[in-house]
Amino acid sequence: MPISNYLALAAVLFGIGALGVMTRRNTIVVFMCIELMLNAVNLTLVAFSKMHGELSGQVGVFFVMVVAAAEAAVGLAIIISVFRSILSVETPDSSELRL
Amino acid sequence: MISVESSLAYIILLPLLGSAAAFVIGRNNKNWAGWIATLAAASSFGIVLNLFSRLSKGGTFEFNLFNWFSAGSFSVDFMLRFDALTAVMCLVITGVGSLIHLYSIAYMAEDEGKHRFFSYLNLFLFSMLVLVLGGNLLVLFIGWEGVGLCSYLLIGFWFKNLAYAAAGRKAFVVNRIGDAGFLLAIFLVFQQFGTIDFVELAKLIGAISDFQSYIPVFTLIGICLFIGAAGKSAQIPLYVWLPDAMAGPTPVSALIHAATMVTAGVYMMARANFIFEHAPYAMAVVIIISVLTAFVAGTTAIAQNDIKKVLAYSTVSQLGFMFMAAGSGAYWVAIFHVVTHAFFKACLFLGAGSVIHGCHHEQDMRHMGGLSKLMPITFVTYLLSTLAIAGIAPFSGYWSKHAILAALGENANPFLTGSIEIAVTLASITAVVTAFYMTRSLAMTFLGEYRGHAHPHESPVLMTAPLVILAALACVAGYYGGDLSHYLEGVVPVHHHFHKESIGAALAHSWTAILGVVVALVLYTKLSEIPGRIYKALSPIGKLLSNKYYLDEIFGALIVRPLESLARMLWIKVDQGIVDGTVNGTAAVVDVSGEVVRSFQTGQIRTYMVMMFIGMVVLMSLYLAL
Repeated sequence: MPISNYLALAAVLFGIGALGVMTRRNTIVVFMCIELMLNAVNLTLVAFSKMHGELSGQVGVFFVMVVAAAEAAVGLAIIISVFRSILSVETPDSSELRL
Repeated sequence: MISVESSLAYIILLPLLGSAAAFVIGRNNKNWAGWIATLAAASSFGIVLNLFSRLSKGGTFEFNLFNWFSAGSFSVDFMLRFDALTAVMCLVITGVGSLIHLYSIAYMAEDEGKHRFFSYLNLFLFSMLVLVLGGNLLVLFIGWEGVGLCSYLLIGFWFKNLAYAAAGRKAFVVNRIGDAGFLLAIFLVFQQFGTIDFVELAKLIGAISDFQSYIPVFTLIGICLFIGAAGKSAQIPLYVWLPDAMAGPTPVSALIHAATMVTAGVYMMARANFIFEHAPYAMAVVIIISVLTAFVAGTTAIAQNDIKKVLAYSTVSQLGFMFMAAGSGAYWVAIFHVVTHAFFKACLFLGAGSVIHGCHHEQDMRHMGGLSKLMPITFVTYLLSTLAIAGIAPFSGYWSKHAILAALGENANPFLTGSIEIAVTLASITAVVTAFYMTRSLAMTFLGEYRGHAHPHESPVLMTAPLVILAALACVAGYYGGDLSHYLEGVVPVHHHFHKESIGAALAHSWTAILGVVVALVLYTKLSEIPGRIYKALSPIGKLLSNKYYLDEIFGALIVRPLESLARMLWIKVDQGIVDGTVNGTAAVVDVSGEVVRSFQTGQIRTYMVMMFIGMVVLMSLYLAL
């Protein structure tokens, strides 16, 4: 299969993720969209790695996954903490920091 | 054992310590302040006497307190130097100063702030002694500024009266103008000769071979020095502060504004004689200013009704006489008049103080009269001093004033040829006017019937004792003119020695002054309605005199008001407009731009995400495009 297919799929996934981040109100959905974008990037890394016959791209993917896991832990903790204080996970409701 | 040289330091340190002690101790024990200050002044006088008796003819004592500062080739020592000229000045300052301290104990007895008063008075003695002991121009300048400060503090001593405080401020500001001239002179001297020490300067200037090329420099330095002297010693046009300075307590007027501080300019000219000797043009300026000052102030004194104002204008006039002598190169005569004037004018001021004290703070002579019976000691001392200042032989004023007129007549200044006769005539008229206005003040105060409503009484012995001593000195000081001229020879150039006359000849020579006295006596006792008629008949002149030649008004129109409007313009246009405008403008720009940028901060996470994506897309496309 030519590399362009993989890249096209990755681009579509990234676009869906980006649109989701920009348009959805629910914080958890926004969070999932960010994961989607990360995985789109992972896909391109693996595809390029296969194409060049080199492993460094796949090693990079491991790092991204580790970071994503850590981010999920921290992000969910923040969401829970925000929910406790304002009883909502909708992003428009958490505009308290604005002057 | 204290060496002779190091005792120089104690002359100035004792009054300084006295000043601190009088303030600190006197704050809780009000009655001690005066005695502490008097003790300090008297001990200082004792040391001066001791040094004076040990000083050989033409000798000098030097004491270097410390190296003040040095920068490159410029090094200034805090050098004290005691020579014949300094000895004479120190004797007057500490001697008359001690008497006035003693007098003040009684005069200020009722005052709440007397610890402050005596502290300032001692501080003044310290500054004045630094001024005359200073071995170089800069140390002299410290004393010069110090006496100015004390003068300001003491004129405005009763600062709760706003007019008095304003008088102090006026004295300070007018003095600053003169001080600026003095500072310029110091800069010029250093720039030209590389040193400011008097002895080294005299040596350097003595070694100059072609004086012609140096004349412009000497002239400039001489004129700058004289501007300084005119500020401190109240000469035209800077004399306006001295009459207002009478706002201070009367002993202050006697000590600072008659006997010592105002003669600092004369002392400075005598000290810097090696510069003035080579600056005939500057000397001509000195003569013209001093003759005019003597005449203007003397005639103003005729029309004053405040007893202290009469004495103040008289002081200005007598200072003019001193500068006539100094400007003619007869420095010892100038110092001679400084000494005799210190005695009789201090006595007159203290006498006036005694009258004011006795009449319960009445200063207007129109509400006095007939005090000769009620205050006999004050009257006799005032009478003797009046005869002295009027220039009637055998009292001291005759000898010094006569020497001044002689020196002025022999003035061979090339810039004054032909006009020296006019100067001598004006000076002689002023001498007669002096006799007239002083007798007028005597007659209005002590003769005739009492016109006031208080119950005048003679002052306590603490006040009359200094009066008697000063009056005695005012009587006899004239006989020491010859000794003085020999004593000062070698420190200042002496061209003509004292001309001693027999009493008969001297009396014959003082007939003009006697005439002035008699006319005033007749006019103000027997024919007391005549002066009023003369005043009406010559009302333009009378108004001119009683309004002090409108000098304050002229200064107000020419200098004060333009400066005021300039200051107002600077305040409103420059300070509020430009300076404040810049600061406020900067703040306004930040404020407005902040308001604009603020709208981007919605607090909505989605908006931020959109912005982030837009930014990323822009950056990526830029990266790909380049």
